[in-house]
Amino acid sequence: MAVLVFAEHDGKVLSEAVAKTVTAATQMGGPVHVLISGTGAGDVAGEAAAIAGVEKVLTAEDAGYDHALAEPLGDLIVGLAGDYDHIVLAASTTGKNVGPRVAALLDVMIVADIIGVESADTFVRPIYAGNAIQTVKSSDAKKVVTVRTTAFEAAGEQAAVGIESHGATAAGGLSEWLDDRFAQSERPELTSARIVVSGGRALGSADNFKLVEQLADKLGAAIGASRAAVDAGYAPNDWQVGQTGKIVAPDLYIAVGISGAIQHLAGMTGSKVIVAIDKDEEAPIFKVADYGLVADLFEAVPALIEALDD
Amino acid sequence: MDTPERESMDYDVVIVGAGPAGLSAAIRLKQLGGDDLSVCVLEKGAEVGAHILSGAVLDPSGLDALIPDWREKGAPITTEVKEDKFLVLSEKGKMGLPTFLMPPLMSNHGAYIVSMGNVCRWLAEQAEALGVEIFPGMAASALVMGEDGGLKGVVAGEFGLSKDGTPGPNYEPGINLIGKYVLIGEGARGSLAKQLIANFGLAADSDPQKFGLGIKEIWRVKPENHHPGRVVHTMGWPLNTGDAGGGGFLYHAENNEVYVGLVVHLDYKNPYVSPYQEMQRYKHHPEIAKVLEGGERVAYGARTIAQGGWQALPKVIFPGGALIGCSAGLVNVPRIKGNHNAMHSGMAAAEAVTEAIKAGRSGDELAVYAQKLADGPVGRDLKPVRNVKPLWSRFGEIAGVALAGFDMWCANLFKFNPFGTLHHLKNDAQSTGKAADYKKIDYPKPDGVLSFDRSTNVAFSGTNHDEDEPTHLKLTDPLIPIAVNLPEYDEPAQRYCPAGVYEVIEGEDGKPRFQINGQNCVHCKACDIKDPSQNITWTVPQGGSGPTYPNM
Amino acid sequence: MKIVVPVKRVIDFNVRVRVKPDQTGVEFANVKMSMNPFDEIAVEEAVRLKEAGKADEVIAVSVGVKKAEDTLRTALAMGADKAILIEATDDVETDIEPLAVAKLLKAVVEAEDAGLVICGKQAIDNDVNGTGQMLAALLGWSQGTFANTLKVEDGKAEVTREVDGGLQIVSVKLPAVITTDLRLNEPRYASLPNIMKAKKKPLEVKSASDFGVDVTPRLSVVSVNEPPARKAGVIVGSPAELADKLKNEAGVL
Repeated sequence: MAVLVFAEHDGKVLSEAVAKTVTAATQMGGPVHVLISGTGAGDVAGEAAAIAGVEKVLTAEDAGYDHALAEPLGDLIVGLAGDYDHIVLAASTTGKNVGPRVAALLDVMIVADIIGVESADTFVRPIYAGNAIQTVKSSDAKKVVTVRTTAFEAAGEQAAVGIESHGATAAGGLSEWLDDRFAQSERPELTSARIVVSGGRALGSADNFKLVEQLADKLGAAIGASRAAVDAGYAPNDWQVGQTGKIVAPDLYIAVGISGAIQHLAGMTGSKVIVAIDKDEEAPIFKVADYGLVADLFEAVPALIEALDD
Repeated sequence: MDTPERESMDYDVVIVGAGPAGLSAAIRLKQLGGDDLSVCVLEKGAEVGAHILSGAVLDPSGLDALIPDWREKGAPITTEVKEDKFLVLSEKGKMGLPTFLMPPLMSNHGAYIVSMGNVCRWLAEQAEALGVEIFPGMAASALVMGEDGGLKGVVAGEFGLSKDGTPGPNYEPGINLIGKYVLIGEGARGSLAKQLIANFGLAADSDPQKFGLGIKEIWRVKPENHHPGRVVHTMGWPLNTGDAGGGGFLYHAENNEVYVGLVVHLDYKNPYVSPYQEMQRYKHHPEIAKVLEGGERVAYGARTIAQGGWQALPKVIFPGGALIGCSAGLVNVPRIKGNHNAMHSGMAAAEAVTEAIKAGRSGDELAVYAQKLADGPVGRDLKPVRNVKPLWSRFGEIAGVALAGFDMWCANLFKFNPFGTLHHLKNDAQSTGKAADYKKIDYPKPDGVLSFDRSTNVAFSGTNHDEDEPTHLKLTDPLIPIAVNLPEYDEPAQRYCPAGVYEVIEGEDGKPRFQINGQNCVHCKACDIKDPSQNITWTVPQGGSGPTYPNM
Repeated sequence: MKIVVPVKRVIDFNVRVRVKPDQTGVEFANVKMSMNPFDEIAVEEAVRLKEAGKADEVIAVSVGVKKAEDTLRTALAMGADKAILIEATDDVETDIEPLAVAKLLKAVVEAEDAGLVICGKQAIDNDVNGTGQMLAALLGWSQGTFANTLKVEDGKAEVTREVDGGLQIVSVKLPAVITTDLRLNEPRYASLPNIMKAKKKPLEVKSASDFGVDVTPRLSVVSVNEPPARKAGVIVGSPAELADKLKNEAGVL
């Protein structure tokens, strides 16, 4: 039977996560159907139809599904579930909000945050903040799965397939959207941010930490700090990334002037892509970095901010 | 800061420290006093055992006396010593000391390889079953003195001070725990014991206490390298260069785990010595490496040990309480054991306390305890070996130890010590020499397989301190590290601390700055002991912080 | 209004978790256990609501081994009024799945006639992040997940949610399930007097069968492994090259 992928979008473009979620979905079996809900679903459906491996796109263009509220979305997906063996969502805050609700309504156990598909019923997922990797086999008839999209490549393109309108309407009443705050001033929470820029003691002063803030602003990132920087008083406590502080696993982690003491490494090696900028080429951080830049951070960071503009 | 208003709570006996001494005292109190005696035990570690670090080869004599049916009660004491080796190491080689030459005072026959942390966890269960109230995660941070000058109790459970020492938003002032008697079992160089020794002049008639710094790792080794019950003690390399004294150990415990460690005497003169680095290179000796190879280091920790022996034992009693275990200093140096004496001392104190309370007394000196300590198993254990450590300090690793062996054989065969009682001359801080008189030691870089850098290892101690609490490592004069210790001793704190708490870094103005990374502290107390300027005071951080040792 | 707060006993977050050599799970022997940090935040939030006069009673519930009583005592010391332990296993290594936990919690919520449930957003052991949502689904309640601010007023809860890229503010109708994110509050310390008082607060012990809930796991663990070691990548020559790689190669910008 088919796999249903729930697709997120902002009303104008499809989330980049969808193509990656489709990759995971095709590994579970197929064919893959994509569900798009809310205002603008029709506008972005074409994008989904052109993702390789997708057989059909369903749209449920009712405004009641806007803002991805879990209660109506859960009902929508459960209403479609009869036709599917697998229901797959990105492990975004939306997927994590909705997925378990759907699973419970179907009386199945959620398979959360997978990083690998072994077979139609066997999945790989991190536990203990990525300090261990678990392979689990589901005995449920239907599998509701959330996918850590950074672990999967985006599916390619194909000639667009058909788009079907699903005429469901959302029953309101349980919850109501009030506001979104996506302004830059609302820095994302460190442990759930998609991008983290962290500063270390090599910054030399609290004042110089502004460099880190500028880079973070540029990328819409959360700010982190090494324990040494916190101990030296350059950064507040709640920025500390590391064993005794916070564990982070963003898509992109940029370490600025951080040598990479193990507490720090333990706190961030689950990141998808690690960038290190430090002038000491012997620094342990370079042993885990995907991209290392051996340079004086006071020159490199402003230059990087500029280069990101181009 | 003004002393906050605190509630008080009364117990018959308040015990500080859930180690072998404190728990033995608690258990014996309840065995003797039952429901008539209220007993509480405070433990700064997040749980009982979290701060216990010991070799350990346990002489079960203390436990035999405390809980004779410990085997039936499921004590985690199962690996009996089967093989007892003593090696004198050179850089690449070794010389085994034939067993018949080993003074019987050093024998491990009938002893067990244990995790003392796990033994304490089990002792805590026994104590709680008897009605002892144990409060883990509650640090005893200050003494409560009575108007008559005696010890009345302790302040416990203060939480939530901000970095600057003022009460933070979640501040909890803690409470005064008041006891008819207060037993101090904080282990070596306890912060309250240090104050009590000073306040009551308890060390006036004893030699300076001497300490060693024990650094230990737990390794899971390949099954073919594992010989449960094998005990290996080593002398010589890497501590045969004349820079520092001490010795190593390798104990094969259960579950393919071995405990490997090095004890470095803190009276070393060369300020460039790094006990941590000595331990790291120790593991590269062929005799040690062959066991560890292919294995995995699973835990790390460090703790100082009181090694002064009988001559350095302070007066253990004062009005209102007593020092027990290593807060007094009861390690038998040649046997490398103290847990049995800690337990004996706890029991002796408990017996004295029970007798006193039954007689309607409180708050006075427990003379019976001091007497029991001197005449009982502890005195009998420590007195004959009293010269080992002074000979070692004076004559070095080889000659000193040979003389010590001779002294012990005499004590064993003829019941007398030919050297009489040799005294410790200086405390460990005073022993530190000037940097100008010594050469830097070029330690090998860790290879990441057998040896590791310090911060990596600290991560294997599970150490944590609340980011927002004030540093618990207090400098009497904040200028001394850079103004005095750096030029004169090349600030040895950078090296003696096994957790990398102290660093000299370049400040914003380009000048050197002393950095205290208090969050790394594994509560070993080496800084309080070894700082040549005696400028660092180790105070207790808020309860629940510090290492969380699993099987140490 | 009664608030139910589920709390889980997990390996303390300071402990370095080790995978067992036989790959069946992680080491639990003599490992320090604590209350799941997100659950501490949940207890704190519930107690604050009670202190603010918005709730009458805070009930802490744990599902697990007998030793989880310690975790419940901590919740009581933080200010919960009573505790319920549902013993569902005698083995510390057995993780009760969120679906089963949610079913048990549903039974408790109904028996207690609670009006609000505040849970941690996820347990730091299995990292599922599902119990609160599943419970809301089974009860047919609304859900406000990943809360960093919670205002309870007039039969509704205004929840500021930590979502990808920023914050979302929703109003959920009570009764509801709220799950906590890190920034919601700073939990209080359990003080010594309160720990002593907590020993006298009621703690009921029940079993899963008392509620007629089947806790048989739906997922079976095939293996548990160490994460693959990271390898060093490339050293780039300039900030411009770095920006280029990030944009065109790494696929993260």
